[in-house]
Formats: sequence, structure tokens, C-alpha cells
Amino acid sequence: MNLCAKLKESPNAISRWLSIAVILGLPAMCPAFAVDAAASAAVPIPDTLQQRIAACTACHGVHGEGSADSHFFPRLAGKPVNYLARQLQYFQRGQRRYAPMQYMVQSLSPAYMRVIAEYFSIQRVPYQQSLVPTLSAAVLQRGEQIVTQGNPATKLPACQSCHGRQLTGMEPNIPGLVGLPYDYLSSQLGSWRTGTRSSAAPDCMAQIANRLSPDDITAVSAWLASQRPPADTRAQLAGSVTPPLACGVLAVKGSGA
Amino acid sequence: MMKWLRRVMTVFVLSIAVLAGWFFFRRDHAEPLPVAMRTVDAAMLKDPVLIARGEYLAKAGDCSVCHTEQGGQPYAGGRSVATPFGDIPAPNITPDNDTGLGNWSFEDFWRVLHSGIGRDGALLYPAFSYTAFTKVHPDDALAIFAYLRSLPPIHQTSKPPNLRFPYGIRNTLIAWRLLYFHEGQYRPDTRQSAQWNRGAYLVQGLGHCNECHDTRNALGALSGRQSLSGGEIPAQNWYAPDLGSRQNGGLAGWSGKDIVDLLKTGQSAKGVALGPMAEVVTKSTQYLADDDLQAIAVYLQSLPERPMAVAPKEAFNSKALADQGEKIYAQQCASCHGQDGNGVDGIYPPLNGNVSVTEPVGMNATRVVLLGGFSPGTVANPRAYSMPPFAQQLSDADVAAVVSYVRQAWSNHAPVVQERDISKYRTTPVD
Ligand code: HEC
Ligand code: HEC
Ligand code: HEC
Ligand code: HEC
Ligand code: HEC
Repeated sequence: MNLCAKLKESPNAISRWLSIAVILGLPAMCPAFAVDAAASAAVPIPDTLQQRIAACTACHGVHGEGSADSHFFPRLAGKPVNYLARQLQYFQRGQRRYAPMQYMVQSLSPAYMRVIAEYFSIQRVPYQQSLVPTLSAAVLQRGEQIVTQGNPATKLPACQSCHGRQLTGMEPNIPGLVGLPYDYLSSQLGSWRTGTRSSAAPDCMAQIANRLSPDDITAVSAWLASQRPPADTRAQLAGSVTPPLACGVLAVKGSGA
Repeated sequence: MMKWLRRVMTVFVLSIAVLAGWFFFRRDHAEPLPVAMRTVDAAMLKDPVLIARGEYLAKAGDCSVCHTEQGGQPYAGGRSVATPFGDIPAPNITPDNDTGLGNWSFEDFWRVLHSGIGRDGALLYPAFSYTAFTKVHPDDALAIFAYLRSLPPIHQTSKPPNLRFPYGIRNTLIAWRLLYFHEGQYRPDTRQSAQWNRGAYLVQGLGHCNECHDTRNALGALSGRQSLSGGEIPAQNWYAPDLGSRQNGGLAGWSGKDIVDLLKTGQSAKGVALGPMAEVVTKSTQYLADDDLQAIAVYLQSLPERPMAVAPKEAFNSKALADQGEKIYAQQCASCHGQDGNGVDGIYPPLNGNVSVTEPVGMNATRVVLLGGFSPGTVANPRAYSMPPFAQQLSDADVAAVVSYVRQAWSNHAPVVQERDISKYRTTPVD
């Protein structure tokens, strides 16, 4: 088993990874790096953003495609720009925790983080199909039901009601849920429950994650990760959905639930 | 028998030290404030010129870095200073009446900064850099106080320290202070220029550079000689190198301009600021006036020559390690740092002759290889270049090999690092 060092770097990630590894029964695999090593320093260093952010692209891919062989480095390509810039700020403030990310963004100015967020948000690259654990049809069906209809018993609104009919998100603040790997989805929902990820108050996603049981999280994540993304993966236009709960990041009142 | 006697003697000597310490450091024995400063009134503290000067000096003292929690309100406290004895949170120093400095007199503040004694008379832990701040001039202390009082008050109760027994008992500091705390304002050296004295004042006082750049003993104390001769920062796994720039010094070969560039922009022709030093640059020194930075450079360049480092005998043949390292270097590192190790001017730091590569332990280079990172984001370098982390890609053996290689290639002659040294740096927390 190839030991990814990030496991060793953050105890948080370890426990998360362990649980993932157990669920999947799979060894963790680590991404290859895209640094062009053959080039000699005699060649002038390009004065481009892509060159400047070599650190980010080593994990997230040159176009923010995420890494195909590790299911934990998330895709950034095409996500709404405000959403991405805000996540970087959250890592900087410790509101979202993952040690290597926090170290990376430590001294970046808000303006620089915005420019980097813009770079990734305008990338258009195809989605990669990722591995999904083998689960029964009943579990997947339960996942689909939660995503499309929610669960009235726990006052859980449908994921679609905010993330959009096609689950491609809404500009400029709601990210899409299509094409995200199972590991990443389940660990994010888990972090909202344990408080290692939070968002501006009222934090609607924290409420939602707390209305999901651990089994629900598995079901939802597996169903989402096994869907083929639609032909047009762009986020819906701003204002095209009315969220059923108030979300701080949307700065608009929810319709109550 | 002898052992027994020695133990009794130790206890006896310690008790005397404690008693003597109690006598000297009772509240009324703190060095008194100059008479003129005892009658600071509210109107004086509202002077905008004084407040602006205080803001500058608070930057020079990097007060906000400890007194602000990650993502928290400036100066409202909360960030913990990690020490080998436990965590000591920095308190709220905004002017809130209940939880901050709202009801403090200037004399209360002076006693904290100058004598390390809290408002209630408690002895403060030296995680708060008062062993350096004691050198601050009363006029400067007043300006800082006026500035802190001008901040928006924030109601946030300070957290108590979380220390291992017996360090949680503040009076254990009595003996410590007696041994290691030298209270007293900076006294100019009349044989030196005004510029040198300004530099020495900033480095030894508000800049508290020696708090990191010196070796601490088992009791967390510095040599007390302001030696700036380098040391490991306990509990953080970074090595703050020797700042001597004469023969055998850590900064040998650095010009005054290199020092000023590093402190102003985070980069220089000789290396970039990393880890805790990056934070010193981004939060503090980049804001200092050019005169002050030049004064700091003049002072650092006057530090004495250092003794020649004795090369430790290699316990094993390191050739195979270095050969493996050379291969990895050519594949993974040369595209940015150059086959010749000289980097790319203003973009990628040289590793040849770089003090963070050759520092005695090898921890800085190891951690950079694992973590990667950006050069510090400063006003002068707002869109920094970055280095990818290699933690995922290189095994402990590979990291040891490449770090050993760069420590011995070109003009570098530092001892190798070994595979078993690497794993602990993988788990060091990043904050
Ligand atoms: C060591 C690998 C690594 C490096 C280097 C890295 N990231 Fe990440 N990044 C991650 C991982 C893993 C996550 C998911 C962490 C979590 O939330 O648990 C992440 C999360 C993110 C997110 C949030 C994604 C989302 O959909 O919510 C953004 C945005 C991001 N990274 C941008 C960056 C940028 C910009 C850089 C460079 C400044 C960078 N990353 C460098 C590994 C890395
Ligand atoms: C009330 C609106 C709302 C509903 C309903 C909702 N979400 Fe979200 N979701 C958001 C917002 C807003 C964000 C962005 C949070 C941020 O900026 O930190 C988000 C972010 C996320 C993310 C993070 C994506 C990433 O790239 O890191 C995941 C995963 C997620 N939601 C899953 C779900 C699931 C699963 C459901 C259904 C069970 C759901 N959401 C229902 C509003 C909603
Ligand atoms: C290296 C971190 C660090 C730096 C830099 C620092 N402080 Fe502190 N400060 C602390 C800690 C920790 C304490 C608490 C000590 C204790 O509890 O014994 C403290 C205590 C104080 C107190 C006492 C507050 C109270 O409620 O008792 C004041 C006032 C203060 N600091 C002001 C300053 C000023 C002014 C500066 C800049 C010139 C500064 N500090 C820089 C860490 C720091
Ligand atoms: C994409 C370009 C790039 C690559 C590849 C790269 N580095 Fe770096 N390196 C940088 C940058 C930029 C910095 C300054 C920012 C930082 O501290 O991370 C740096 C800093 C360093 C430092 C600290 C220098 C100082 O002045 O304190 C060391 C040591 C180092 N690199 C070693 C290596 C080694 C060894 C490798 C190969 C395993 C490597 N680097 C690969 C760009 C690179
Ligand atoms: C919080 C701890 C800390 C403080 C305070 C601190 N330093 Fe440093 N410094 C470091 C560390 C760690 C390094 C080694 C990492 C690096 O290469 O930047 C360093 C490196 C340096 C270097 C070598 C530059 C390089 O990066 O190669 C210079 C010059 C320097 N410090 C000057 C100063 C001066 C002047 C002050 C006071 C104004 C100061 N430092 C205060 C921790 C500190």
C-alpha cells in the first residue's frame, strides 16, 4: 500500500481516510505530479498564473480536474468563483481544516486568492468517473430519494432544491454536486457534522448534514458519485433557485422549512 | 551518601533562589516608571499622532500575531503559544472593560511589558516575549498603549493556560526569572552610531528576534546574551538560523541589501522567508520604514564572527544516499532551483549557500520538501510563486536522500539527514 503522506500530516485526515479505506476496502492511491522536471532552469520561467500556482496544481491538476487516482483531491474546474474564493478564505481562517491546504494559503492576500479562484472557475475539462463502493440497489435508491425529494420525517429538503435540478449548482455561490468522488462527498458531509468544516451563519449545510444519518451520507454520496454528469455542467443562473433554508453565504432569506 | 547530600544541597539552593526571587519580584520591586509617565491622562491617549506611532510600533513588535486567533478579531486574543510545557493562550488586549485593557492605567501596561507582571500581580509566562520587550522605551510603550486603547473594544474572555504540572503554578516562575530575566530598558552604546543603536534597539526589543534565533535550554530560557546565534524553535520544528554575517555566520555572504530585501519583501538573492519567519515578514517587518530596516541590517552585520563548525563524523557512508538524492534532484527540483542550485532571480530561491538548507539540523529543508508552499505574500510580492509539496510523492528514504544531497552539493557542507529523521516532520502540526 502506497502511504500517502498527507495521511500522516493531519490526524484529522487520517481518521477520515481510515474510515474511507474501510468503507471502500481499497488502498489509498496517490497522485502523480505534473511538474515538468525535464525542463532546465535555463529556459525562462513563464510569467503566468499557472506557473505561479504549481503547488495547487500538483494536487488539484493543471486545470483543476482533480486527481484521477486519488479520490480525495477535489475537482475545482468550473466551480462558481465566489464559492472557490470563499473556501480559500475558510482554510486560511481555520474554518475549514486540512493541514496541507491551510499551510498553502497562509500568506495569500484576498486579491490573490480571488485571481486563483477565477483561474479554476473558468477551466472546462471533462469529468472523470470515479470509483463507487458496491452497495445494494436499495441503498442507491434511498440516496436518489434524498437527493431528489429530501426526507420530510427529518425536515430534510431535497439537495436539488439548492444545488439545482441538474445538480450543477447555481452561480455564484452554490457548487455543483455532479462528478465529485464518493470519498470527497462523504468526508465533506462528515466534516460539517463534526465542525471541521463550516460556512457563514446560518450554515444551512451544517443543518442538512446533521439531518442526515451516517447511512444516509453513504447512500447520498454513492448515488451522487455514480451519476453521469449532464452534457452541460455549467452552474445555473444566479437567482434561479429559491433555497428552502436560509444560507449565510447566499445572503437571502430561505422560504423556511 | 554523596548523592543524598547533593540532593539536599539542590533543594536548599533552590529554596534560597525562590525566596530571593520573591523578594526581588514582588510587585513593588518592578523597575519604576519615570515620574513624568505616571500621570498619563485620557486626553493624551487620544492624540492621533501618538496613536499612529503606536500602530507602527505594534507592527514592529508583531503584537497582533500572538494576540489574534486564526480567523478571529484583531487583538482579541485566543491564539495559543505552544511551548514544551503546554499551551499558553495570548489574552484579549482590546480596550474592552471586562475582558480586555479597558480599565487599565498606563502603569499597569508598563508593568506587563517591562516587568512581565500582570495587572493582578501574577507573574507572566515568558511565552509572552517580555524578556525582549523590557528593552522598550517608555515613550514607545505609551504610543503602543494609546494605539491599543484606540481599537474597537471586543468582548471576549481570555482562555486560561493549559500547562503540565508543575508549570501551571505561576510562582514556579520566580526562580526562573531570577536566573533568566534581565529587566531593563535598552541602554545605547555610545561607541556606536545612532543607526547601529536604532537597529540594536529594534532587534533586541520590539522585534524580539532573539526569541526565536537563539537556543533555549531545558527550562525554555535563552542564553540571555542576545547572541542571535540560531536555535531550534521548541514544539514547532523549525530552525531559526544564526544571524551573524561575518566569518562562519549563518548569513555570511549576505549584503545589507539582502537583509533589507528579505525583511521587506520576503525574498532575497540569498533565500526566502519560511514558516514562522514568513509570518514575521508578512505581519511585521514588511511594514517597517526603510531607515529602520537598514538600521537592523547594520546591527546584524556587526554581530561577531562565529567559531568554525566542527563537521560531525558521518556514522555511515553517505555516498549512496547522496547519489540517490542527486537523481531525485535532477528529476524533481532542478527545473526550478537549477542544476547549479542557484535558483532563478526573484522567482525561485537559490539552494546553494542557503542558510535554511545548511542549518545544523536539516529540519527546514526537510519540511519545505514535504510541505511545499508559496513565498510570503507581501505588498512587494503580491503574486508569489510556489513549490509543490512532495509529501505524497517521495518516501522518507527519498526525502532524506534529496535533502542530504542539497545539504552537500555545490558550496554546501552540512551533515546529511537520515531516513528515520523524516517521519516526525510529516506529523508536525502546521500552525
Ligand atoms: C497537498 C495537496 C493539496 C494542495 C497542495 C492544495 N490542495 Fe486544495 N485541497 C486539497 C484537499 C485534500 C482538499 C479537500 C480538503 C477537505 O475539505 O477535506 C482541498 C480543497 C480545496 C478547495 C475546496 C474545494 C471545494 O470544492 O470545496 C479549494 C478551493 C482548493 N483546495 C484550492 C487550492 C488552491 C488554490 C491551492 C494552492 C494555493 C491548493 N488547493 C493546494 C489538497 C490540496
Ligand atoms: C438550503 C440550500 C441547500 C440544500 C438544500 C443543500 N445544500 Fe449543499 N450546499 C449549499 C451551499 C450554500 C453550499 C456552499 C457552502 C459553502 O460555501 O461553504 C453547499 C455545499 C455543499 C457541498 C460541498 C461541495 C464541495 O465542492 O465541497 C456538498 C457536498 C453538499 N452541499 C451536499 C449537499 C447534499 C448531499 C444535500 C442534500 C442532502 C445538500 N447539499 C442540500 C446549500 C444547500
Ligand atoms: C510570542 C507571542 C506574543 C507576542 C509577540 C506578544 N504577546 Fe502579549 N502575551 C502573550 C502571551 C502568551 C500572554 C499571556 C502570558 C501569561 O498568561 O502569562 C501575553 C500577555 C500580554 C498582556 C497581558 C494581558 C493580560 O490580560 O494580562 C499584554 C498587555 C500584552 N501581552 C501585550 C503585548 C504587546 C503590546 C505586544 C507587542 C509589543 C505583545 N503582547 C506581543 C504572547 C505574545
Ligand atoms: C515549481 C518550482 C519548484 C520545484 C519543482 C521545487 N521547488 Fe523548492 N522552492 C520553490 C519556491 C517557489 C520556494 C519558495 C517558497 C517556499 O518556501 O516553499 C522554494 C523553496 C525551497 C526551499 C527553501 C529555500 C529557502 O530559501 O528557505 C528548499 C530547501 C527547497 N525549495 C528545496 C526543493 C527541493 C529539494 C525540491 C525537489 C524535491 C524542490 N525544492 C522543488 C519552487 C520549487
Ligand atoms: C517566530 C520566530 C522568529 C522570529 C520572531 C524571527 N525569526 Fe527570523 N527566522 C525564523 C526562522 C524559523 C527562520 C528560518 C526559516 C527561513 O529560512 O526563513 C528565520 C530566518 C531568518 C533569516 C534568514 C532568511 C532566510 O529565510 O534564509 C533572517 C535574515 C531573519 N530570520 C531575520 C530576523 C529578524 C531581523 C528578526 C527580528 C525582527 C527575526 N528574524 C525574527 C524565525 C523567527
